[in-house]
Amino acid sequence: MTHTRQVHDDIPGTPLFDGRSARRGYALNRMCYSFNDEANRAAFVADEDGYCARYGLNAEQREAIRARNVLQLIAAGGNAYYLAKFAGIFKLDMQDIGAQQTGVTKDAFREKLAAAGRS
Amino acid sequence: MARIVGGIFTSHVPAIGGAIAKGAQDTPYWKPFFDGFPPVRQWLRDARPDVAVVFYNDHGLNFFLDKMPTFAIGAAPEYRNADEGWGIPQVPAFRGEEDLSWHLVESLVAEDFDIVTCQEMKVDHALTLPFSLLWPDERWPVTVVPVCINTVLFPLPSARRCLALGRAVGRAVERWASDSRVLVIGSGGLSHQLEGQRAGHINKAFDLAFMDSLTKDPAWATQYSINDLAREAGTQGIELLNWLAARGALADGARELHRNYHIPISNTAAATMLLES
Repeated sequence: MTHTRQVHDDIPGTPLFDGRSARRGYALNRMCYSFNDEANRAAFVADEDGYCARYGLNAEQREAIRARNVLQLIAAGGNAYYLAKFAGIFKLDMQDIGAQQTGVTKDAFREKLAAAGRS
Repeated sequence: MARIVGGIFTSHVPAIGGAIAKGAQDTPYWKPFFDGFPPVRQWLRDARPDVAVVFYNDHGLNFFLDKMPTFAIGAAPEYRNADEGWGIPQVPAFRGEEDLSWHLVESLVAEDFDIVTCQEMKVDHALTLPFSLLWPDERWPVTVVPVCINTVLFPLPSARRCLALGRAVGRAVERWASDSRVLVIGSGGLSHQLEGQRAGHINKAFDLAFMDSLTKDPAWATQYSINDLAREAGTQGIELLNWLAARGALADGARELHRNYHIPISNTAAATMLLES
């Protein structure tokens, strides 16, 4: 019996959050999920090292958090929906996130979105 | 027996909540989106639904990866939203429709859908924003049954399965011993992608074909695998699964009464549709 694997990374520039990512990123995503609570966001800001240690982030995840780098966070198993709560601590919106990942300015990213509507 | 009066489909970009809080609906950026709603509200005044069944996806408010149901149905007396991490404004609580929740749970399991039942459930912006758009005074005139579809953790349910779920919900509502008028809501989409080097992906041609398909050929999207849908509509555009399920709950011959489509709102191709059953 053959099993057709549904999830694989064959869409350029498009990570699909599957079991492999979920296993790798559990601690990171669990920490980001905790940022639903204001008190936890404040605790992170007050003591970032201690907070990350409490959630058991590995070195790759810790560095990605330190760098505020979305592509690194995804590579470390982060999921976009939970990472959005991390971004919220810094009042970053989705165009900030998009610009960072695509290596362009926020204005250039916005223009790309607007251009899609004119096509 | 209960009757389904129609379906409303809309995007649920969190920034919509910010725009409402700031009163920015008539600014040049937001007007093309909010202008899609007055005809829908007029229809609602005439259709007078009592209950809304809402197909949506949770974005990490109620469900974390510790337990991730593919399909979950709320069976609570009340639903509230909460801080989602970025300070989205809170809205009044929603009254549940427990009789219909349990009727759906029983009917769906009898039809071999293995769903999760939730007697406590927080609802996030994917449920609250459609309500705020449809009833801007936030005095909700309907009770609610949330139906949550996993769009977070792959593998996701197929388009075929989501349409089948919606059709089963539609059949169950029609067998519900109640004189209620039921509205169906599909929340999310259309094309957008938040993560990766392809962040900002939008696909107007696909979106328009999908919107057309809801009346012309509701099963059209089932030709696509989940990966195909992510490729075409983006990793968050996959929320069209909620639209597809909601469409399934309507009668086969449902008619399109209104649509609006505007690029962009935040990173999203924003769309609104109204179908009458």
